[in-house]
Amino acid sequence: MKNIALIVRRELAAYLKSPMGYIIVAAVLCIDGLLFNVYALGGSPKLSSEVLELFFYFSSGTTMIASVFLSMRLIAEERQTGTLTLLFTSPIKDHEIVLGKFLSALLFFCLLTLLTLYMPFLIFVNGKVSLGHIFGGYLGLILLGAASIAIGLFGSALGKSQIIAAVTSGGLVVALLLFWLLGQVTEPPIRDVASFMALHGKHFQPFQQGVLNSRDVFYYLSVTYVFLVLTTHVLQARRWR
Amino acid sequence: MISAQGLTKFYGERAAVRDLSFQIERGEIVGILGLNGAGKTTTLRILACLLLPSTGRVTMNGLEVSESPHEIRKQVGFLPEVPPLYSEMTVESFLVFAGELRGMRRADAEARVGEVLEITATKDVRGEMIANLSHGYKQRVGIGQAIIHKPPVLILDEPISGLDPVQIKEMREMIRGLKGRHTILVSSHILPEISQTCDRIIVIQEGQIVATGSEDELVGKLAGGQKLHLIVRGEREAAIAAIKKVEGVTACAGLESHGDEGAHHLQVETTKDLREELSRAVVQGGFGLLRLSPAEMELESIFVRLTQKTGKEARS
Repeated sequence: MKNIALIVRRELAAYLKSPMGYIIVAAVLCIDGLLFNVYALGGSPKLSSEVLELFFYFSSGTTMIASVFLSMRLIAEERQTGTLTLLFTSPIKDHEIVLGKFLSALLFFCLLTLLTLYMPFLIFVNGKVSLGHIFGGYLGLILLGAASIAIGLFGSALGKSQIIAAVTSGGLVVALLLFWLLGQVTEPPIRDVASFMALHGKHFQPFQQGVLNSRDVFYYLSVTYVFLVLTTHVLQARRWR
Repeated sequence: MISAQGLTKFYGERAAVRDLSFQIERGEIVGILGLNGAGKTTTLRILACLLLPSTGRVTMNGLEVSESPHEIRKQVGFLPEVPPLYSEMTVESFLVFAGELRGMRRADAEARVGEVLEITATKDVRGEMIANLSHGYKQRVGIGQAIIHKPPVLILDEPISGLDPVQIKEMREMIRGLKGRHTILVSSHILPEISQTCDRIIVIQEGQIVATGSEDELVGKLAGGQKLHLIVRGEREAAIAAIKKVEGVTACAGLESHGDEGAHHLQVETTKDLREELSRAVVQGGFGLLRLSPAEMELESIFVRLTQKTGKEARS
């Protein structure tokens, strides 16, 4: 536990001290703000809950992109600069390295996501939405972010450079997204499997509407767990090479 | 302290090290000398628990590397060729972090930092960001992270590469200053560093040990009786002629003489150890024999001979 906290502390400090962290935050806030202004607030008159639903819909897109960019450096950068040797020659277990890095990225992502809170609250100026809807949507964003960060961390463990890591994890996220399309064009039972596997769509829509299903929470937690375990295995295999 | 037996490491089909066996006693400073690609880094990475050998055993303080890697990692400080430094951290916070990574309590690591800054002469940059440091300082901070947890074993992979002459001297003194506190392994392809810093040298070529011993022992082993340095008193040309008459002498040449005008420095090359025959010939010829010693071979030439010899053997 002490080792995990140690790594979380260093990684969080690295996000806060590097321009990359701020660039990602600025880009996400800018894109979310623009989309919120143009699509959610603009256009034809909508119900307040529809505006909020739209906000969570496009925020989920920026969440996945931001997660890949936030996590690409976690292991690949250490491999590039040679600092991974410091971790590998220390008495730290592989899963502690993985968990420390994952939690730091997740914490930074949560901070970033909290900065968008002003947008849902703007709806209260001319309308009314339930706080439960806001909570549900944000929980969905954080769960989706956690799964995407775990995928990003896996890509970062595989890639020799940050660019390769980002391309690998981006590819994996897109592949998991495409299951949603596959679900649209196939017949049962493949359709059911494809829809269940999809990173977005079936599992995220309830969160968008402020509905919490344990099945969806379980799905995102499972994806996160599987990719964290895979990352640990990759690290274990590379530690002794 | 450290024992390696039959270490072999394959990268695919290629063996980076082959059947290496050596012992290192507590408190020794041992140099691993070899050309680039000879297998030095692979050997050190195995000892630092970064690599598993394909075959062979390494034990450190009675612990086996593959069985108790975490226990061994606590006892080893490792500086790889590229120092593992987080550039966005300050020197002081990085050293505390490295100490905590090695299992120290934060308060203990903070208390130890002052001593490490003193040993590595980095006190004046303690608050600087690592990214802003010169190469020499980065290398010192690299040593700092390796010694913060007072490891019994210190492994330094090419610690002086890329340093300027003044920094090389300072680094050499720093490493010698660590003697007594750690058992130290230093690798290099730069010979003066090895000869002036280490108690013992292990020469590696093509993944195998080709020689081991102190600098003097290596000189003795290789020089044998083949090249001798004589100082004789008397007529120079007559002395050279007398020496050349001895069977087995292949060459005799006068060297530049200094000081005593009647004394001539001569270099004699022989096919075998002819020290007794030569001294007899000089004295019987009526010359004064002031000195007869094996010609001091530069470590550089020993190294070249060792590596060339192995290269030829490998080709034949």
